[in-house]
Amino acid sequence: MRRLVLLLVVAVLMAGCGGKPSNVDVILATTTSTQDSGLLDVLVPLFEKQSGYRVKTIAVGTGQALAMGEKGEADVLLVHAPADEKKLVDAGFAIERKLVAHNDFVIVGPKNDPALVKGTKAAADAMKKIAGAQVPFISRGDDSGTHKKELSLWKAAGVKNEGKWYQQTGQGMGQTLNVANEKNGYTLTDRATYLTVRKNLSLEIVLEGDASLLNIYHVMLVNPARYSKVNAEGARAFHGFLLSTEGQGAIGKLGADKYGQPLFFADGGKTEEQLTAIK
Amino acid sequence: MEAIWQGVKAAVHLLFSGDPETWRITFLTLRVSGLATLISVLLGVPAGVLLALTRFPGRRVLISLVNTGMALPPVVVGLWVSIFLWRSGPLGFLQLMYTPAAMVIAQTVIAAPVIAGFTLAGIGQLDPQLAMQLTALGASRWQLYRLLVREARLSILAAVIAGFGAVVSEVGASTMVGGNIPGQTRVLTTATVMEVSKGNYNLAIGISIVLLLLAYAVTLSLTLLQQRGRQPWVMR
Repeated sequence: MRRLVLLLVVAVLMAGCGGKPSNVDVILATTTSTQDSGLLDVLVPLFEKQSGYRVKTIAVGTGQALAMGEKGEADVLLVHAPADEKKLVDAGFAIERKLVAHNDFVIVGPKNDPALVKGTKAAADAMKKIAGAQVPFISRGDDSGTHKKELSLWKAAGVKNEGKWYQQTGQGMGQTLNVANEKNGYTLTDRATYLTVRKNLSLEIVLEGDASLLNIYHVMLVNPARYSKVNAEGARAFHGFLLSTEGQGAIGKLGADKYGQPLFFADGGKTEEQLTAIK
Repeated sequence: MEAIWQGVKAAVHLLFSGDPETWRITFLTLRVSGLATLISVLLGVPAGVLLALTRFPGRRVLISLVNTGMALPPVVVGLWVSIFLWRSGPLGFLQLMYTPAAMVIAQTVIAAPVIAGFTLAGIGQLDPQLAMQLTALGASRWQLYRLLVREARLSILAAVIAGFGAVVSEVGASTMVGGNIPGQTRVLTTATVMEVSKGNYNLAIGISIVLLLLAYAVTLSLTLLQQRGRQPWVMR
C-alpha cells in the first residue's frame, strides 16, 4: 500500500514537470475578448520571448478576473470595467492601474433590424427600442465587462431588461454572438470580437459611435503587500511590457491588415479623462 | 454540409502538416488523461475488488457513494479541486493550480469511481462458487483476489475504457483547474470550445476529429487487449 501511495505521488509530480521554478509563472486574469480577438496570441509570445517569464492566461469574464485578483489567485489583471476596477484599487487589492488600450462597444442585430434601431444615435435609445419591440436581446449574463456595460445602458434607458425577449447565455462574447445570430437577436459586443467572428454571422452593426460605448482596457497588479504568494516581479514585468513601445505597437497593429481597421487603439501613457474628452 | 467538409479538410491538414501545436495538444491530452486513467486503475480496481468481496458495516452506503461518483459532473469536480488548489486553499502551497498535474488530479477524481464501480459490478457477476472453490483449493486471500480479477478481466477492461472515455471527453474540470493555457494546459476539448467561441468552426471541427481519432485509437488498443485469445462464441 505504501508503495502504491509513493507511486501515485511520483506520478502526479512527474505530470507537473516540464515546469521551471514557480516564480517564472505569471498568472494573467483577463477577459474573453482579449483571447477571442487574438490579442493575447500576439502579446504573450512576444513577452515570454523577451522576458523569460511564462504567462498563464486565464481568460474569463472581467467580473471573474477581478474576483481572482481580489482573492490573490492572479498576479496581473487586464480588464475592461473601469468602475469596478477603481473599487478594487480603492480597497487596496490592486495597484498601478494603467490605461492600455481602447476600442468601442457596438450594438449588433439582424440585417432586417426588426426593432428599427438603425439611425438611432444614443445607445440608451436603442435599448429602449429593442425592449419596446420585444425582439430577442441576447445578454452575456456573466458579470463580464461587456455585461456590466450592457446593464448600465438598460439603466440609462430606464427600461427593465426582463421578459421572454431578454435572454442570458452566461458565456463568452464569441459564443454569445453565435447565439444572437441563431436567434435573430440583438446584442452588445466589443468591436474586436465582432470583427473576428463576423465571417460566420449575419448580424450587422446597428449602432456605433455613441460616447457611452467606449470600451477601455486597464492593466493592474494584484497588490503583493496583500498577498505574499503573488508573483510581484513577473506581474510588474508584464505590466511594463504592455505599456512599452513594443507592446503598444503590437496592440495598435493587430487586425489592421485582416479587417481593414485595427481591433484596438493603443493608449499607453494616457489617462481615462483624456480619452473621454477626445470622443 | 459544407462546414463538415471544411472541417474534415482542416483535420487532415492538422494531422499531416505536422503542425507542432496540434501535436503538442494531442500529446498532452493523451498524457493527462492516460495518467489519470492509470492512477484511477490503481485506486479503483482494488477498491472495487474489496467492495465486491468483503463484508463490513457501511458497505452498501459506500457502494452507493461509488455509484453516485460514477456520475460526478466534471464541473463540480473542477470547482472542488480548484477550491483545494487555489493559493488560498489548503493545498495552495503545492502551486499546482493551472498545471497539467491539477488536471490529472481532477480527472482522477472523475475516473476512479467509474473504474471502481465497473470493477465492483464485474467481480460481483462472477459465480460465487468460484471463490469458494478457489479457497477450498488452498488459495490465499491475495491469490484469490488476483485470480478473480483475472477472471473478470473483460469487465475490468471495460471499466478502463469507460474511465478513459470519461476523462478524455470532459471539458469542465480541465478548463477550471487547467485554464486552457496554450503550450501548458490546452487539451483537445478545451481547444475545441475556444475555437468555437473564436468563430473558427473549421478548426474546431478539425480538432474534434483529431480527438475522436485519439479516443478511437486508445479504445481500439484496449479492446484488442480485452478480446485477446478469446474464441468467438458460436451458436450451435
